[in-house]
Amino acid sequence: MALQTIRAQKLKSFFSLIGVLIGVMFLIAVVSIVQGMNVYMEDQFANRLIGLNTFQLRQMPDFTMGNVTREMWMSWRRRPRISYSDADYIKARVTTPATFAMYCADREPLAYNGKMAKDIALVGTEDTYFKIKNYEVVSGRAFSPQEVRAAAPVLVLGDLVAEKLFAGQDPLGKEVLIHGLPYRVIGVVAKQGNLFGLSMDKFAVMPYTAPARRYICPINILDEVDIQTAGPTQMQAAMAEVEALMRARRGLKPAQENNFHLQTAEGALEGWKKISKILFMALPGLVAISLVVGGIVIMNIMLMAVSERTREIGIRKALGARRRDILAQFIVESATLSTVGAALGIAFGIALAFIVRALSPLPAAVAPWSIGVGVGLGILVGMVAGVYPASRASRLDPIDALRAE
Amino acid sequence: MSDLVIAVRGLTRAYEMGAEVVHALRGVDLEIRRNEYVAIMGPSGSGKSTLMNMIGCLDTPSGGEYWLSGQEVSRMADDALARVRNKEIGFVFQTFNLLPRATALHNVELPLVYAGVSARERRARGEEALGRVGLTDRMHHRPNELSGGQRQRVAIARALVNRPSILLADEPTGNLDSTTSEEIMRVFADLHREGQTVVMVTHEPDIAAHAERVVVLRDGRVASDVRHQPIAA
Repeated sequence: MALQTIRAQKLKSFFSLIGVLIGVMFLIAVVSIVQGMNVYMEDQFANRLIGLNTFQLRQMPDFTMGNVTREMWMSWRRRPRISYSDADYIKARVTTPATFAMYCADREPLAYNGKMAKDIALVGTEDTYFKIKNYEVVSGRAFSPQEVRAAAPVLVLGDLVAEKLFAGQDPLGKEVLIHGLPYRVIGVVAKQGNLFGLSMDKFAVMPYTAPARRYICPINILDEVDIQTAGPTQMQAAMAEVEALMRARRGLKPAQENNFHLQTAEGALEGWKKISKILFMALPGLVAISLVVGGIVIMNIMLMAVSERTREIGIRKALGARRRDILAQFIVESATLSTVGAALGIAFGIALAFIVRALSPLPAAVAPWSIGVGVGLGILVGMVAGVYPASRASRLDPIDALRAE
Repeated sequence: MSDLVIAVRGLTRAYEMGAEVVHALRGVDLEIRRNEYVAIMGPSGSGKSTLMNMIGCLDTPSGGEYWLSGQEVSRMADDALARVRNKEIGFVFQTFNLLPRATALHNVELPLVYAGVSARERRARGEEALGRVGLTDRMHHRPNELSGGQRQRVAIARALVNRPSILLADEPTGNLDSTTSEEIMRVFADLHREGQTVVMVTHEPDIAAHAERVVVLRDGRVASDVRHQPIAA
C-alpha cells in the first residue's frame, strides 16, 4: 500500500528521498575514503618511505604532523648529529640480525650533455640501501660494497631521472655531472610510481663515500642510519638495543631524554592517525546534519501529503480505520521512503568510493558496518520524521476530512 | 424488540461556532427495525446531515442516547466508534469517496483490511461483493476508468462487504443522471428485498419515494414519519 502511494507520487517522493540519500551517501563514501587512506598510509606511505620492518636512527624526526612547538624544534636542532662513527659503533654491537645502511641526502641538480635535471634527491648510502628500500635495479646493476669502500663515482638513477636526462637512450655507461663532478651511470631502478601525486622516481643513488658527498652532508656526518630487521618483534629488539647503545655512547643519565630519534613507520604515521581520528569524529556530525535536513524534507512532504490526502483519510476512517491504523500507514510510508533513500544512498556512496578508487591511488574500501549504520539511520529518520505528520493525520475528524476537497 | 437496529432517544447536538451555539438537533426520537428501508428528508439546515453523521457513528451527540444493534454508541470513544463503523455500517456517499489510485477490488477490500481479515479471504469476499452489484468484469479497473453508476456500485459493494447492520446512504444519487439513479435505486431495492436494512438521506422526493418509510426533519426535530407503499424501482 505504501509503495503504491509512493509510486503514484514520484516527484515528491523523489525529493524526500534525496535528503536521506545524501546523508547516507556521504556516510558510506567518507568512511570508505578515510579507511582507504588509512590503508594507503600504512601500506604505501610508511613502508615505501621508510621500508618494511625498518627504523631509522636520526638526529630528529623528519615526518612531523601535528604539534611541534618552536621550542621542541630548537632543542632538536641543538642535538648532536649522527656521525660515521656512531653508525660503525652500532653496526658492531647490535646483536639482533639486521641490515644497516648509512644515509645522507639532499636535492641537487644533475646534468648530462647540456640537459639539466633539477631538484633530484641525491642519496649517498651503502649497497644495502637497495635491499632496505626494496629497489629493483631493472637495467644495469647496483653498486657493490667494494665500490662503496673505494668511493667510486658511480650512480644508480631513478626512473624519472633516467627518462629526463636520457629520453629513450640507454643511460648505462654515460657520464652525468653533479656540480661538475663526473659520475658513471651503472643502473636504473624500476618505476616506483606516485605517492600523494609526488613522483617517487626523482632520485639518484651513489656511494656515501663518493666525491659529491660534500654537497649533501658535512664531512663524517649522516642524516640517518637505516636499520632493517626480519620482522616486527626483531625490530622492537633492535630498537631497544640501538637506544641503549646510543644512550651509553652519549653518556646520558637515566633522567635525561634521548638526544636522538628512532623513526619508525608507526611513528611517522602518528600525525596521520590523529587526522583520521578527527575525521571520524567529525563524520557523525556531518552525517547527522544531512540526515536532519533529510528528515525535515520528509516531514514536510508528509505534512503536504496529509493535507492533500485529507479526504482519503476521511474515507479510511469512515470505513473503520482506527487512529493507530492511520498512524501506522503514514509512518510506514515515510519509513519506506527513507529506506529507499538509504538504499540509493548506499548505492551512490559505493559508486563514489569506487570512483575515488579509480581516479586516485586511494584503495577506498566500503566498510560493511557503514552500510548497516546507513540503513538503520535511514529507517530511523523516516520514522521520526513521519511521526508528527502521521499523528496529525490520525487526529483528523472524519466528518471534516470527508468534506475536504 | 430484538429486531430493533437503531434506537435514538432525545438526541441533541450543538455546535459552537465562535461565540454562537448552533443547535443542529434539538431532541430526535427515532427507531428503525431490521430490514426497514427508510428515507430521511428535510430542507438544508434541518439537521439531516448531522443525524446521518450520528447514525453513521462519525459524530457523537451532545445529549440523548443512540443504541445501534444493542450497543450504546453515544458514549463510545474514538477507536470503539471506528470499530462500530467498520462492523455495523456500510457507507454510500454522494461523491462515491473511492480511493482514486486503487482498483475497484482494492477499494472494496478496504473495510476488510481494517477488520483484520486475511488477504485471501479479503479477495474472495471482495469479488463476491462486486458480483452482487454486477461488476465482476470491472474488478481491476480504477475509479476514473468507470462510469458514475459503476463507481457508485463499487461504493455499494464496499459498503456491503463487511455485512453491516445498516446500509447508510447520503444522497446516493446526487451526482448521477436520472437513468443511472434509477439503476442505483434498483440495486437498493434488491438489497432491501434480500433483507438489508437501508437508511438513505436525500432531499429528492422522487428518490425518497423508493423507500417504504419517510422521516422528515425540520429545525432539528422529526416533523413527520410516514410509511407508504414504495414505488417499484
